[in-house]
Amino acid sequence: MVFTLANKELKSLFAAPLAWLILAIVQLLLAWIFLSRLDTFLSLQPQLVQLTQPPGVTEMVLAPLFGSAAVLIMMAVPLLSMRLIAEERRNQTMPLLLSAPLSMTEIVIGKFVGLMLFLAALIGLSALMAFSLYTGSALDVGLLAGNLLGLLLLSACFAALGLYISCLTSYPVLAAVGTLGALLGFWVMDVAAGTPESLLHWFSLLKHFESFNRGLIDSADLAFFLLFTLAFLALAIRRLDADRLRG
Amino acid sequence: MAQEISSTTVLAHQLSRWFGARSAVLELNLELKKGEVLGFLGPNGAGKTTTMRMLTGNLAPSAGSISICGIDLLDQPKAAKQLIGYLPEDPPLYHELNVDEYLALAARLHRVAKPELKNNMEQAKQRCGLNEVSKQLIGSLSRGYQQRVGLAQAIIHNPEVVILDEPTVGLDPIQMREIRTLIRELGGAHSVILSTHILPEVESVCDRVIIMHQGKGVYSGSINALREMREGHSLQLGLRNPPQTAQLQMPGVIAVEKIADTLFTIQFNPDADPSEALVKAAAAQGWELYQINRQRANLEDVFVQLTQQE
Repeated sequence: MVFTLANKELKSLFAAPLAWLILAIVQLLLAWIFLSRLDTFLSLQPQLVQLTQPPGVTEMVLAPLFGSAAVLIMMAVPLLSMRLIAEERRNQTMPLLLSAPLSMTEIVIGKFVGLMLFLAALIGLSALMAFSLYTGSALDVGLLAGNLLGLLLLSACFAALGLYISCLTSYPVLAAVGTLGALLGFWVMDVAAGTPESLLHWFSLLKHFESFNRGLIDSADLAFFLLFTLAFLALAIRRLDADRLRG
Repeated sequence: MAQEISSTTVLAHQLSRWFGARSAVLELNLELKKGEVLGFLGPNGAGKTTTMRMLTGNLAPSAGSISICGIDLLDQPKAAKQLIGYLPEDPPLYHELNVDEYLALAARLHRVAKPELKNNMEQAKQRCGLNEVSKQLIGSLSRGYQQRVGLAQAIIHNPEVVILDEPTVGLDPIQMREIRTLIRELGGAHSVILSTHILPEVESVCDRVIIMHQGKGVYSGSINALREMREGHSLQLGLRNPPQTAQLQMPGVIAVEKIADTLFTIQFNPDADPSEALVKAAAAQGWELYQINRQRANLEDVFVQLTQQE
């Protein structure tokens, strides 16, 4: 049932040019960053070889690439998540889902999975770009896997937050602006926090991604991402339930 | 007894819904038998849509209970919703999908198993006359076809109860007639509830009617009883050469009212229709009769009549 909905969500996404455009733009920007990083790496390589423990291509090219991908996904998610619930409300299509034998949880999870499949495709494309290096060099598979896992979990957080905000309104644009604001807030928080021991760092999503970016899979970061995602999914379910009660 | 339980498809008891301090529906009772077509009649804002949203699980009632074929909608929403097909006032259509994709989605959401999917879709398309637009995007269809897609969506899983909110609004007269015929057909195998504010529509398709006014059910009964109510017991009489009002007091006449120089309204006792006597008298005494007709109360009058009784 969840997959029926997720499938519909994907179909609707790809029926509009927006999804294709986002895929293309993100891919274009990442390719640009990738190539310029690769250029720098190649020009520095003669000097790097003289070091006792030279940084590899994964560390020099791919880790920064995925760091940029995280920021790009953060910008893209509001545009994708805005329509999830807000547009159903606007087009009066919610009754189809509400009168079908589905629980609110299934509706929310279905929508979430739909968006995640799209984001996974987006991340998959950037991974393919990374794997292209495999033809000419050895890759640090652990670092690569850590980055991809981190990126996926980070996107799940973005998507859950976007889905929740989309539940709050019937105007997709409002949902997009709200989500973008909230996500930027979680980002800026880290910069604004000042002292390194400030508690605010704990709530910054990209800060938690940094350890994945370095190839470190910390269970605290893992737990933070999972809890963040679950919390906003639960809030979305509650919010839709409240709609049914309040009308 | 068991027979009786299984033949009742929708049972709502003391259903109420408040929005803040305002009550949209107040202590409404309704019962629907298998194969019956029930009409919800009422002016805009009478609470028809709110009632339907509650019956389909789109809105939680503030008080009261609803059961669908004996399954409580609030306790077991999934099992109960499985038995309902709902077409809201604005058909819930995804304009970016084509008709086939949309109907397949609706069927899957209603847990129609894969092997039956194709058959159910064919049947629904056949019934709603959608075969020639199967591959068209819903957004490109006309209003009438969109309404039919909405209807097909409501019957795709062969539900026991079909609930239609103003299904003929915005359609042209031919489409209206087609949809009504279809609703009558549905009445055979399914139970149907439809809402409307068009009285002739209720007369042509419904077995029973509930008239709602300000959230309350002010009348519930068979369509024939309503027809009698509409019939009214007054005549309009036009005489070019009118006599004194007193002369019109024939046996059976309760009251005579002069509404213009040559026009009279005559209230009469339903057991003694004075029409014939009046015509004879007019001919005999040269009143120059030019008009005599039984006044049918219009919908508004029925409402006024019913709401005043309350």
